[in-house]
Amino acid sequence: MNALTVNKLDTKALVDYLASHEKKSLLRFLTCGSVDDGKSTLIGRLLYDTKLIFEDQLAGIERDSKKFGTVGEDIDLALLVDGLQAEREQGITIDVAYRFFTTDKRKFIVADTPGHEQYTRNMATGASNSDLAVILIDARKGILTQTRRHSFIVSLLGIKHVVLAVNKIDLVGYDQAVFDQIAADYKAFSAGFGFETLQAIPVSARYGDNVLEPSESMPWYDGPTLVEHLETVDIDSDLENRPFRLPVQWVNRPNLNFRGFSGTIASGTVRPGDAIVVARTGKASKIARVVTMPGQGGDGDLAYGRAGQAVTVTLEDEIDISRGDVIVPAAARPEVSDQFQAHLIWMNEEPLLPGRPYILKLGAKTVSATVTAIKHKIDVNTFNELAAKALPLNEVAVVDIMTQEPVAFDAYSDDHAMGSFIVIDRVSNLTLGAGMIDRGLRRATNVHWQALDVSKASRAGIKHQKPAVLWFTGLSGAGKSTIANLVEKRLLSMNHHTYLLDGDNVRHGLNKDLGFSAEDRVENIRRVAEVSRLMVDAGLVTLVSFISPFRAERQLARDLVAPGEFIEIHVATPLEVAEARDVKGLYKKARAGELKNFTGIDSPYEAPDNAELVLDTTRFSSEELAGQIVAYMAEKGYLSFGPDYEI
Amino acid sequence: MSAEPLTHLRRLEAEAIFIMREVAAEFKNPVMMYSIGKDSSVMLHLAIKAFYPSKPPFPLLHIDTTWKFREMIQFRDDTVKRLGLTLLKHTNPDGLRDKVNPFDHGSSVYTNIMKTDALKQALNDHGFDAAFGGARRDEEKSRAKERIFSFRTQNHGWDPKNQRPELWNLYNARIKPGESIRVFPLSNWTELDIWQYILMENIPIVPLYMAKTRPVVERGGQWIMVDDDRLPLLPGEKPQMKSVRFRTLGCYPLTAAVESEADTLEDIVAEMLTARTSERSGRLIDHDEQGSMEKKKREGYF
Repeated sequence: MNALTVNKLDTKALVDYLASHEKKSLLRFLTCGSVDDGKSTLIGRLLYDTKLIFEDQLAGIERDSKKFGTVGEDIDLALLVDGLQAEREQGITIDVAYRFFTTDKRKFIVADTPGHEQYTRNMATGASNSDLAVILIDARKGILTQTRRHSFIVSLLGIKHVVLAVNKIDLVGYDQAVFDQIAADYKAFSAGFGFETLQAIPVSARYGDNVLEPSESMPWYDGPTLVEHLETVDIDSDLENRPFRLPVQWVNRPNLNFRGFSGTIASGTVRPGDAIVVARTGKASKIARVVTMPGQGGDGDLAYGRAGQAVTVTLEDEIDISRGDVIVPAAARPEVSDQFQAHLIWMNEEPLLPGRPYILKLGAKTVSATVTAIKHKIDVNTFNELAAKALPLNEVAVVDIMTQEPVAFDAYSDDHAMGSFIVIDRVSNLTLGAGMIDRGLRRATNVHWQALDVSKASRAGIKHQKPAVLWFTGLSGAGKSTIANLVEKRLLSMNHHTYLLDGDNVRHGLNKDLGFSAEDRVENIRRVAEVSRLMVDAGLVTLVSFISPFRAERQLARDLVAPGEFIEIHVATPLEVAEARDVKGLYKKARAGELKNFTGIDSPYEAPDNAELVLDTTRFSSEELAGQIVAYMAEKGYLSFGPDYEI
Repeated sequence: MSAEPLTHLRRLEAEAIFIMREVAAEFKNPVMMYSIGKDSSVMLHLAIKAFYPSKPPFPLLHIDTTWKFREMIQFRDDTVKRLGLTLLKHTNPDGLRDKVNPFDHGSSVYTNIMKTDALKQALNDHGFDAAFGGARRDEEKSRAKERIFSFRTQNHGWDPKNQRPELWNLYNARIKPGESIRVFPLSNWTELDIWQYILMENIPIVPLYMAKTRPVVERGGQWIMVDDDRLPLLPGEKPQMKSVRFRTLGCYPLTAAVESEADTLEDIVAEMLTARTSERSGRLIDHDEQGSMEKKKREGYF
């Protein structure tokens, strides 16, 4: 029976008690350690000792301990926190789990992150929202490779406060010498990590020594217990003293009389009357109001807003601001650039490839971007810098990034909210990586496009055509070059101005330094896409005949030119047919293993989803298909352009 | 100016508001699940704050199993009217036709048809691409690993091993047509936080949370309230009047009451602080089989 009987407390004491609980601060921390260091047991112990485990849950654990437990007849506290069935069966933790406990002084949110090598991304995830890290070490084993890795990631994510929990101290006879040695070793090796506080504590998660209560078995230790330290460690950042930053999430426009900009203040403070600018455009105004909801728990208009608060501001002037803009003080602006250097953690099985277009989400801004160079990888175990052409899963590198348009940012070390970003795949929409901006590479505002008097429109006008890229994609031997050739001949005979870029020919010249690895293929297409953009700017109908197997690169080529200027033509010859034809004998070689990375054989071809034209070479001749393309162009107005053409 | 850090409740509040604004800005057609309980009341209150002076730019959706307590339905209708919001209601027509109920079909079949299937139907019918839910990570073990933006396949399935990494407050809202995201703005709140916030902000809640003398029967070691004459009494069962309240409000009769004298918000919070059983123990669905919440979520439950 769930009978709850509570003595009615006297009201005043109760109200005081509740008030003190309302005023608690919040500490978010993560726990990390190697397999079997006892992370889950430690968190179970924290929940148990701070009385956050209820009787019915405890009964469940006792039942489960008999079934899954690893500690014999004792209650296995790890079972309190190992949630999903799969991991309970395997006895490991496979994903970040969040736990909550509270004491009279603070509320705690714990990110329990796995220690396995392949789940490094989870650790970075847990660390990204934490103020402090508890790094566990098995007293019997000392500092391991994984300890180094975890410490590195903790430091990479900018965590300034670390607790070194030397666990299983009971198994080394509560020996002070063991503890002192580990603490000294760790202090020496973490010296360069920029930790502001580092507290080593000898604990036994299993028996509770130095977790909540001081240990009777370790009279030689006179430092704080784990909970004491977590309750009192000063984690206040100086965010409030930094310049004001308000990334605009949402334009608040209930009616014509109110136009506000809603967002969470990333840093600094703001008051009505403050002079502000929009970082991206430099448009200036003054803060009129800092609005929150009045009444019923709301405070109404604020005299000032500060870092961490979700507010809506209104301005004295109507200036153009949209989601993704950042409102900043006129006198202390962030960097605005389309190129910056960042530390990047890669989190996907598909490696990062320089030159490939990705989506970046930085604050409320979403923008297309490419990694222009991997400066070096960092070996997370030795911290050595290594050269790299691609960045595989769970690895970290320093990279240069170029965005399609300038973005506003601060260095991650100054302001996490203004300097962090995630990398998203354009096709699968998966989150592929996480980055921390080091610095801008150069101010985009200093690099103006050369304004030219003769424009694309005027060049196209005298040619009586609308320039475009005809992008032929398909398997080797599909018939791309044959058809492209026929199209070019026809256009020429109609007095149109064309140029044909052929895969094989370009590889003899411009791209002769490139091979057929995935990263070289990306670069191959990037260069051809850039050349075709210049050709379109010259007013030409540009035919590009490249296998171009990856969607992402074709999208890149499409994005380089204006809407309507890219005509993707899928020469959709099936593999069996292309292989049966095998005009150049390449399929035979690929099947024999003499050619590596051959599209369709041991390298994938990603067919277009939304090609403007799909050609069926099994039903129509090349001449007929060339006719279809020219007809399409005529119908869409590419071939009959007068001098009044405006782009 | 102010050296005091924001309190934990103000930080949780700001986090929830941030999440709601992200969803409003990034999705075409979001909806807020409204289950009438205390968590929904808090979530709705936060939505009102997040978009003030605008109204929340999405409708509310209530999956009506037809087995909600009468006081809940009354409260729902009053709330929507008071705030001037749009409420969508959906009941699984197949379940209604087949008269699916918790007594004859068992809690697991009933939940599947009247809740999980009904939810999928409603999301499909309206083409919602994001749905706010009031679930919290402290509720149950499989919830502890839930993302704030929880990705669901075209079939609304949840694959715990295939969720997107979630760093800082950078939520990846990109989906393909037919896919959707369940969003949990209260992820980091605990039951105690919810009550303290209700107290602090003076948020209206269903009176069933307050102790009152109500007709109940004892069943399986728990107090089941006799809300109407649809509750079939077992041999020997006789409704008795007891001062009870609910810590969690699900479907009647799947939610048990607890004996209590706590009839003010302050008393409830005080009771919370000394409670020795978790709130979900009052929800019978979690005890069906081991890992039952995880299983339900994989099938599309919230």
